[in-house]
Amino acid sequence: MDKLVKSIQEAVKLSGLKDGMTISFHHHLRNGDFVLNMVMEQIAGLGIRDLNVNASSLFDAHMPILEHIKNGVVTGISADYIAAGVGRAISQGIMQKPVQFRTHGGRPSDIALGRTPIDVAFIAAPTADPMGNCSGKYGKSACGSLGYAFADAMYAKKVVVITDNLVAYPLQDFSISEDYVDYVVTVDAIGDPKGIVSGTTQITRDPVGLVMAAHAARVIEASGLLKDGFSFQTGAGGASLAAAKFLKDIMLEKKIQGSFGMGGITGYMVEMLQAGCFRNLMDVQCFDLKAVESIRTDPRHLEISAMQYASPSSRSAAVDSLDVVILGATQIDTDFNVNVHTDSNGYIMGGSGGHSDTAAGAKLSMIIAPMFRARLPIVTDKVTCVSTPGKDIDVLVTQGGIAVNPKNQELQQRLMAAGLPVVDIRELKEKTERITGTPKTLAKGDRVVAEVIDRYGQLQDSIYNVPTK
Amino acid sequence: MDIKQIASAGTMESSDVYVEIAPGNGTLEISLESVVVQQFGDAIRAVVLEVLQEQQVDNANVRIVDRGALECVLRARVETAALRGKGNV
Repeated sequence: MDKLVKSIQEAVKLSGLKDGMTISFHHHLRNGDFVLNMVMEQIAGLGIRDLNVNASSLFDAHMPILEHIKNGVVTGISADYIAAGVGRAISQGIMQKPVQFRTHGGRPSDIALGRTPIDVAFIAAPTADPMGNCSGKYGKSACGSLGYAFADAMYAKKVVVITDNLVAYPLQDFSISEDYVDYVVTVDAIGDPKGIVSGTTQITRDPVGLVMAAHAARVIEASGLLKDGFSFQTGAGGASLAAAKFLKDIMLEKKIQGSFGMGGITGYMVEMLQAGCFRNLMDVQCFDLKAVESIRTDPRHLEISAMQYASPSSRSAAVDSLDVVILGATQIDTDFNVNVHTDSNGYIMGGSGGHSDTAAGAKLSMIIAPMFRARLPIVTDKVTCVSTPGKDIDVLVTQGGIAVNPKNQELQQRLMAAGLPVVDIRELKEKTERITGTPKTLAKGDRVVAEVIDRYGQLQDSIYNVPTK
Repeated sequence: MDIKQIASAGTMESSDVYVEIAPGNGTLEISLESVVVQQFGDAIRAVVLEVLQEQQVDNANVRIVDRGALECVLRARVETAALRGKGNV
């Protein structure tokens, strides 16, 4: 049996891809990814049209997809996150059919349940053997974990592995195994290493960010959850990392050993592992070189699939064992609903990713955000888009006070007993507007450009076009 | 009062505002570009006019490039640009 084919074009032909079908991609190569564009170019060249693209995320490296939309090659998009460049075009109404946003847990859940079947999955593999065993840990385009690609490999009707580092059979340390793979293609480069992994994100030195981070660490300390066995996820933003640093100091001082750190793994989480703050890291995606190095060499650093990470229809998912998650927000309303999909002018520039999944699973879901950014208050009466419902958010930490969701009275009592500056979220909003002024509400378009589907597969909110003046 | 020379204040940094003021053609011309024009455009114009009136500037071309500055920052930048334009500082 020979799975090796000469070109992407030949693999597309052999896969039987036809008009109207669904293809899928994963985003571990992030803004350095070449694979989605290469595949789309070949598909367009073959004259195949009306495709639905199910990508775990779209970055601005994928801007060429806009041409394929204009030309009718792509007529449907599903993604968990869409960066600002592609997002702007979608908000301006480039698609006839609304984009479907899912979460990192909802996407594999809906794939596994057959709600969003995939005809052909294209898997960017930094290393593969001729039978399709593949890994993200090795090769010049190494990205670490391949977590989001597992569901695609397991459930797509046809699976094409695309690699720039073909090794002899069998690849010893594979992530996705040959029994799921139909075809293997080698190309010169699957991505640009500079865009695949970033350098180490620096901990913020901004005094506002540091105050927020210090508050966040103290909230965790006061929550009662910080004890042996503690589990934790945080984002890669400067303030979130600063919170992790303060948390690390507390854990080392009190000699607390946690069970696991999870995410999107950064070098900072690797340092916490190495310092003994956690027994393990559970990793669905690596953000930087240090994380890639760690997952390759340290057996305590575990690769997990998106299904194990966050799927609500898995027998269990790691988010269900999570104690604390620190998350961001572009807006949060007085009912604690959070927006991470649209920017202050209503343009798409993000998505839930694992936001909703971790918020639903974690015992303590914390939003960390400044009171205002560029004169716009973070707290509003009603978010432009509900990305994560307020029922799953416990606390908002800002430099001007800590607002606890009234549903979590116990937390409120604990934080007040610890002497933390607890404030009602409506008071926080008023306090902020005394500094910024009260913003006028945005004009909303009249056409739905995207649907936000919650992790359980239900429509949660709709995003409207941004009217052009 | 006339503006004697081209002057500026502020930066293009986020949360700041860049104000440029130049001699006018007999009237006060204000151009505004702002990342928060939908939310605060009217408020920004009103404050700029108010500060220019305080400075008795009625003949100038004023260009405002706002990156989300708070009102106190905006007032300070406009006042400084006006004083510099009049040659007072």
